[in-house]
Amino acid sequence: MSTTMVETVEKAGIGPMTARSDAALHPARISIRGLDFFYGTNKALKSISLDLPEKQVTGMIGPSGCGKSTLLRVLNRMYDLYPNQRAIGEVLMDGENIIAPGMDLNQLRSRVGMVFQKPTPFPMSIYDNIAFGVKLHERLSKSAMDERVEWSLSRAALWEEVKDRLNASATGLSGGQQQRLCIARTIATRPEVILLDEPTSALDPISTLKIEELIDELKHEFTIAIVTHNMQQAARCADQVAFFFIGELIEAGPAAQMFTSPRQKRTQEYITGRFG
Amino acid sequence: MSQIAVAAPSIRPRRTGGAFGDKVFAAFALAAGLLVLVLLGAIIVSLFIGGLPSFRAFGLGFLTDADWDPVQHIYGAAVPIFGTLVTSVLALAMAVPLAFGIAFYLTELAPPWVRRPIGTAIELLAAVPSIIYGMWGFFVIVPAMGDYIQPHVIDTLDGIPVLQDLFAGPPFGTGLFTASLILAVMVIPFIAATMRDVFLTVPAVYKESAYGVGCTTWEVMRSIVLPYTRTSVVGGVMLGLGRALGETMAVTFVIGNTNRITANLFGSGNTIASLVALEFGESETGSLKLSSLLALGFILFVISFIVLAISRLLLRPRVGGRT
Repeated sequence: MSTTMVETVEKAGIGPMTARSDAALHPARISIRGLDFFYGTNKALKSISLDLPEKQVTGMIGPSGCGKSTLLRVLNRMYDLYPNQRAIGEVLMDGENIIAPGMDLNQLRSRVGMVFQKPTPFPMSIYDNIAFGVKLHERLSKSAMDERVEWSLSRAALWEEVKDRLNASATGLSGGQQQRLCIARTIATRPEVILLDEPTSALDPISTLKIEELIDELKHEFTIAIVTHNMQQAARCADQVAFFFIGELIEAGPAAQMFTSPRQKRTQEYITGRFG
Repeated sequence: MSQIAVAAPSIRPRRTGGAFGDKVFAAFALAAGLLVLVLLGAIIVSLFIGGLPSFRAFGLGFLTDADWDPVQHIYGAAVPIFGTLVTSVLALAMAVPLAFGIAFYLTELAPPWVRRPIGTAIELLAAVPSIIYGMWGFFVIVPAMGDYIQPHVIDTLDGIPVLQDLFAGPPFGTGLFTASLILAVMVIPFIAATMRDVFLTVPAVYKESAYGVGCTTWEVMRSIVLPYTRTSVVGGVMLGLGRALGETMAVTFVIGNTNRITANLFGSGNTIASLVALEFGESETGSLKLSSLLALGFILFVISFIVLAISRLLLRPRVGGRT
């Protein structure tokens, strides 16, 4: 069943419905092939195959516990922190299987950044929150670092609000600001892929809107995967949408097609709110 | 209407009974809380009154006088204060890095099946009575120090300025250093257990986001876990210091019990607690000696207070800024 799914995705390409998308323009940045994931003996992902096209937003939707967050945690190997969690299969990035044992995890995580559901500012100043991750991988002069901090805060649409208090503690920011700070922190290391795990579920509508606009901006530079429970958000942000159900990838395709004419009955039921 | 009228009486008595019970309980809790203050105050006052004759006789000189001469009735506290501070600080210097290593290993590095046995062993170590440490120190550590470690160290460091003075003299095995070593072993479980417990309270999502920007385990510990738990970590260290300052039996066994100040860490000395423990039984009621011992107790109390105050000072919330 999953192979036909993959074929569906591949045949459909990135979809004629979205303006700038073209399979040639947006080759797969990450290719997931036959991925199984286990929590102990519990199989949470079953033979997933999916491409994340370069400089596009892939929305992952599905009811709670369907495995979409688990998939994100595979892509930067966050699951590696916990014993008894393991992934089998292939996740290819630049032809390299990132779930293979020899992978340099610190390197990988600087290439595949992640933003969590809850804002997680580090217990330090706004400036240091951004500089922290950069310092781990690059040696920058003071002025280059200042530039990088301004660049990433500007890209995260936060610069204007915090430029006068860069030395203030990051924990004093509002929830929405904190989340944008986390996004700024993630892009500061110049990753290639950004994973967003329900980034707006703890935010008010205005902050949510800002983050969504931000995602639209960021996809010009980064490949983005976003997990969301909000159908409208997926429709607004994503170029490609993947629908998961109990560990299986039911269907994936261009956002417009997924929301107007899904091929699978379960996708349609979920999208129209009949379950989940 | 009538239904309410019928229902109300059956509820009311229970409410009043509850309110009375609340008052009794609140009063009881208040009394328990006040008792702590009263006890603390009573101990300080009685120690001070007991030590007053000694303070009158020697004045502030009591703190700086290094004599302890029961024959001529001259008493000074400089030596035991010195011994107490040196052994405690040295013990912490040895214990804190080790305890941190244990906690770091148990929370971040150890495979799950190792965590429980080692964690339990640490809790058991904390429960060993100090007399056991004293005997173990006297019968095992002291001979080992005297026969092997001290001669070797003294020979090795001979000729190196400063160090040769710190580690010199006849290798008896007892002394300030051995006492510090035993103290370190005794406080490690306290500090390690506290650190482990507070490290575990750091929300996983914070650690994950640090790993998410490419941190190594050590960088996560240094930049995320330690800043988050700083208060409690220092609290754990202070708990250890408190125990080291007041530890009596184990120290009395191994410190050598001589009343002199020496720069030599292998030399013998005493601490406030060990001196009081040794001399208390030989003091007549109402004598200047007994008063001096009580005064020493008062000073130990004050030192503990100062330690606590300093830790509070260190723990002032850090104002945001580039670090």
